[in-house]
Amino acid sequence: MKRFAALIDRLVYTRSRNSKLALIVDYLKHTPDPDRGWALAALTDALDFPAVKAGTVRALLGARVDEELFRLSRHFVGDTAETAALLWPEKPLPFREGVGVGHVDGAQLQQAPPRPSPEGEGGLSISQAVDALSTATRSDAPAILASLLDRLDADGRYALLKLALGGMRVGVSARLAKQAFAQAFAVPVDDVEELWHAIPPPYAPLFAWGEGRAPCPDLADVAFFRPFMLAHPLEGESLDLSDFAAEWKWDGIRVQLVHGGGETRLYSRGGEEIGGAFPELLAAFDQDAVIDGELLVRGEAQGGAAGGAASFNALQQRLGRKTVTKRMLADYPAFVRVYDLLAVDGNDLRGLSWIERRRQLEAFVPRLAASHFDLSPVIEAAHFDELAELRAGARDAAIEGMMLKRRDAPYVAGRRAGFWYKWKRDPLVADCVMLYAQRGNGRRASFYSDYTFGCWTDAGELLPVGKAYSGFTDEELKWLDKFVRDHTIDRFGPVREVEKTLVLEVAFDSIHASKRHKSGLAMRFPRISRIRCDKPAEEADRIATLRAMVT
Amino acid sequence: MARTKPWLEPHPHGLYVRPADLWIDPARPVERAAVTHGHADHARSGHHAVFATPETLAIMALRYGVDAAAGHNQAVAYGDGFERGGVRFSFHPAGHVLGSAQIAMEYRGERIVVTGDYKRRPDPTCAPFEIVPCDIFITEATFGLPVFRHPPTRDEIAKLLAAVRAEPDRCVLVGAYALGKAQRVIAELRAAGWQAPIYIHGALERMCALYADHGVDLGELRLVGESDKAEMAGQIVLAPPSALNDRWSRRLPDPVTAMASGWMRVRQRARQRMVELPLVISDHADWDELTATIVEVDPQESWITHGSEEGLLRWCEMTQRRARALHLVGRDLEEEA
Repeated sequence: MKRFAALIDRLVYTRSRNSKLALIVDYLKHTPDPDRGWALAALTDALDFPAVKAGTVRALLGARVDEELFRLSRHFVGDTAETAALLWPEKPLPFREGVGVGHVDGAQLQQAPPRPSPEGEGGLSISQAVDALSTATRSDAPAILASLLDRLDADGRYALLKLALGGMRVGVSARLAKQAFAQAFAVPVDDVEELWHAIPPPYAPLFAWGEGRAPCPDLADVAFFRPFMLAHPLEGESLDLSDFAAEWKWDGIRVQLVHGGGETRLYSRGGEEIGGAFPELLAAFDQDAVIDGELLVRGEAQGGAAGGAASFNALQQRLGRKTVTKRMLADYPAFVRVYDLLAVDGNDLRGLSWIERRRQLEAFVPRLAASHFDLSPVIEAAHFDELAELRAGARDAAIEGMMLKRRDAPYVAGRRAGFWYKWKRDPLVADCVMLYAQRGNGRRASFYSDYTFGCWTDAGELLPVGKAYSGFTDEELKWLDKFVRDHTIDRFGPVREVEKTLVLEVAFDSIHASKRHKSGLAMRFPRISRIRCDKPAEEADRIATLRAMVT
Repeated sequence: MARTKPWLEPHPHGLYVRPADLWIDPARPVERAAVTHGHADHARSGHHAVFATPETLAIMALRYGVDAAAGHNQAVAYGDGFERGGVRFSFHPAGHVLGSAQIAMEYRGERIVVTGDYKRRPDPTCAPFEIVPCDIFITEATFGLPVFRHPPTRDEIAKLLAAVRAEPDRCVLVGAYALGKAQRVIAELRAAGWQAPIYIHGALERMCALYADHGVDLGELRLVGESDKAEMAGQIVLAPPSALNDRWSRRLPDPVTAMASGWMRVRQRARQRMVELPLVISDHADWDELTATIVEVDPQESWITHGSEEGLLRWCEMTQRRARALHLVGRDLEEEA
């Protein structure tokens, strides 16, 4: 745990990507199995201990530290694990640890004894911690976690709690971790990418292969996840349609359906299995293939009757559930609009061009049940300007925008420059008045960075319509933070109510009816697009104006 | 203790001692000010008459061109005092920076002590904090939350020295507040056996000289502006925190950015400041020092001036001590800690 704690400590403070890479490479090369595998899983948030939750930690602290002091500390630090690591009681250090200038009373001069390392030789290893946490039950988890924490110093406690709770926040993406693995063992990163999702932590076969001790693990019989190909936003440039094909960007969630080795699995964008909530899709996908598509619910909100898809709101009723009722299946029938074909009948198609994959996809889709699958059409346009006109209509059609895909590009993991672009419809904007502010988390723990804003009712009252915590620069954040501090009129715990004088231009992708805010409206992807110091609050938008934008 | 009208009045801009018509650490210019120490958020310019330790007056003279010897200013050494309007004032070491003082006041049998900023652990650059028994104890609370427990200073200095030695082609650039922190880090480095010249930003030069004039041995200091980039490799450079990520630092050989501050205890705080090597070295009392000091002083009532006053208030409530928060304005908690 000591080496791992040191690693994440260094990672927190290291900003350069290459230096981070070097730190992980060094760690992977010089740490034995299975510790390095668990560490890698922890860094990429791939571990889950169902019996240990943030509430477990809060309860443990509650028994040791005053609740109010914990709450105040948590607000200041901005992170539960770090707060708990710092507050965990250990023997207090005598504060007079040396000799100063001038007269110091001898009796006051307690020399601090050398601190014994709570984790010397044979101390707590990551795998011991993982073993203990994974066998923990809801009832004995608190005692197990407490006994582990007692064996560590503050840095070790931080590492352990991060490992147990997830949310490492050391600026290491899964991609970076895979690159580190590839670099440490001089293997192709694409192979690592592939194997990664098929082998569970602590990845012993992966390390054995990397170190040349074993052949490449065979994945033929596993319904494993293929990392998604992603798009860069299109920013102003125009593309030659002889090189690029266009498709609608449907407003659902991106999924991958895999059938292989007698299993069918539905993966979300991050590789998480979500098939439990969509049993009808698992049952209907009976071909030996891997498809990439948009998960949607039947309806007419997107693209009218021809579009055949309900709004994202409708899909949301089906998401995040472990099981699903018959009623839900009937009310919100799900289907997949297929974008791409990654494998079929045992052949991997990802190395082929989009043109060739599209040809095979069009031949393949008829093999699937039309009730649950359809083909995402290619948008016909003679030239880019015509495409731009069609995109302008996306707002009315309630479609998120367009995708532009390079015709000769293979299917590769992640965002590759020049291959795929997403071209979202222009956002809606509204002028709103700041009502409340709350301090952020993590790097923004000391800043009031989350803003609730509102618009006017006909009766001249301001009601909240949304909350945003992005869209501004660091400089603007400092300015907003100061505005909040200087214009606070009331405090509710971490929340400050401010004078209703500041107009914020808020950009958002769409707006829906919702019970979340008093106004009965909720925005999707709201962000602060401009600070309107020039505009008096009375001239901010009215709720009626926003209601007219509801889709 | 029934007081109909308090003779010491907390105002947002400072503490006003009514019978003496005198302000303590006022945030705006006044006729008569008693100043606990030389940091800008306590010692403002523009007062007509200043009562402070000779060191603090010298620091104010350096910073504002205040004439320390002018007749309307009065130097008060540690242990000395003066009387005004029936109030007996005396100054006592606060252990915060050179010349920092607690101000004790006695009026009609009641004694109030204002700590200003203080710390309890030893500092080779200033006199150690002294316990002054009192009825009302007015304390700071910069680190008034139990997450703030400063580790032993020598461990942090050892971390700094290890970082310098680990990469002989780079330098370690330490952000340290120009008054107090910079000199303390230098003195601690000397005490740990670092004999090499220490390179400093021009903004630290005069204050370091002032410390040396007051008998604090800082060893050989060199100005970055007068040194070759190459000679600073493997060396320690000190600069005010504002210069850390500034164009100025481009003249240094691939610096590792460090910062000496109590805030460095919290990881995300260090990240905010783009710090690679956080050094938890503070001139303010940490949680254990704050609470232990209240226990030792054992006043009838504690007033908490600035910082995380809610945390310390809560502790007072838990330990059944009378306390209130004063909500003073204009205290700069970020830069100097």
